[in-house]
Amino acid sequence: MIVAIVDYGSGNLRSAAKAFERAAAENAIGAEIVVTSVPEIVAGADRVVLPGVGAFADCRRGLAAVPGLEAAMREAVCARGRPFLGICVGMQLMADRGREFEITEGLGWIGGEVVALEPNDPVLKIPHIGWNELIQHRVHPLLEGLAAGAHGYFVHSYHFRLREDVDLVAATDYGGRVAAIVGHNNVAGTQFHPEKSQMAGLRLIGNFLRWRP
Amino acid sequence: MLKMRVIPCLDVKDGRVVKGVNFADMMDAGDPVAQARFYDREGADELCFLDITASAEDRDTLYDVVRHTAEQCFMPLTVGGGVRTVDDVRRLLLAGADKVSINTAAVARPEFVREAAQKFGSQCVVAAIDAKAVEPGRWAVFTHGGRRPTGIDAIDWARRLAGYGAGEILLTSMDRDGTKSGFDIPLTRAVADAVRVPVIASGGVGTLDHLVEGIRDGHATAVLAASIFHFGTWRIGEAKAHLAAFGIPVRN
Repeated sequence: MIVAIVDYGSGNLRSAAKAFERAAAENAIGAEIVVTSVPEIVAGADRVVLPGVGAFADCRRGLAAVPGLEAAMREAVCARGRPFLGICVGMQLMADRGREFEITEGLGWIGGEVVALEPNDPVLKIPHIGWNELIQHRVHPLLEGLAAGAHGYFVHSYHFRLREDVDLVAATDYGGRVAAIVGHNNVAGTQFHPEKSQMAGLRLIGNFLRWRP
Repeated sequence: MLKMRVIPCLDVKDGRVVKGVNFADMMDAGDPVAQARFYDREGADELCFLDITASAEDRDTLYDVVRHTAEQCFMPLTVGGGVRTVDDVRRLLLAGADKVSINTAAVARPEFVREAAQKFGSQCVVAAIDAKAVEPGRWAVFTHGGRRPTGIDAIDWARRLAGYGAGEILLTSMDRDGTKSGFDIPLTRAVADAVRVPVIASGGVGTLDHLVEGIRDGHATAVLAASIFHFGTWRIGEAKAHLAAFGIPVRN
């Protein structure tokens, strides 16, 4: 199995790759983890992972700056139905549009918009940084074996406001409900960083590698 | 609910830990990767490396340390000490650091914080402030390990750094650092209440009650400590149990 971690200049992907390698080894899954910006590799991959740090518009521009990369992702994910995992801004990019600094069109894979966090408690800090509890909203293969009360490591100031409640897999509470895991058919995403979320994160990554949507 | 963070900090010099845990079951107490793995297992919420290497030539060792740590520990890692340029930030992030803490260089050239935040995102920029009381209710920013006064008001400085795009503020009381007499609570609270970004309290932890005070009274959302963990006085789990006993939400 080839797992393509899409490299479009958004942050360091080395530790993410290592987390996927570790999860594959722990679950006895023969997976080759490839950090790549080559469209042909992404298009032919068995799993596609889109990380992302920084601002929505910057990430969107970074993705668009690599010729053929977005088309390759659509080929793998939309045409060939391969499982897709977006992480943090990589998850947010699946939205219809982002409203961080400017209005930017997203990939449009999951209905909704990315908007500023506005916790109903003024004491709560922005960015939302740290470990927060994952509250399961519906059954999903990504959550398999994850203990109730599992935590993810979050760091973000914007969040995915879903159009359809059915696309919410797990939420977290930060002065209101915040999408923590979203899922629609063969695409899914986490607002938190599974590659930084110790055991719970590795478990989720293992589930993603096993997932057969 | 967001959990309050407990962050052990390790001093690294020439690629070796000079202040860290030394339990009997640890083969090499000077190995930063072994220390990081220990704290990963212990359930630390994040880890902080402070590079105290004197010469710039030895910086490459630090990148190796960060690289090996990030390959084995899947938890957030902050690296600080001697970060002066956008290229320093880039190299640390590429090595595997999740956040970089900027201190003296921000005082010398505040735009550096803005440049780093614009280039790499606020999520990876921790602005470190070393503050000392100069009169009752007033604190000033110091650099060079608390030796050099800048005349800048610490509260104003915190606001400016947040405005420049720092995602977090690591606040150290130079009056309390190393004293084990507890955080400077009025300072911590004044800074935490002045900015919207999270504040990590640092400097002076000697007991578990001090951790409680930093969050409950100082309004910090994370507490950083070194010696109480390294010398085995308390373990991460005990610190969290103590916080929980005072009604502070922690991750177990």
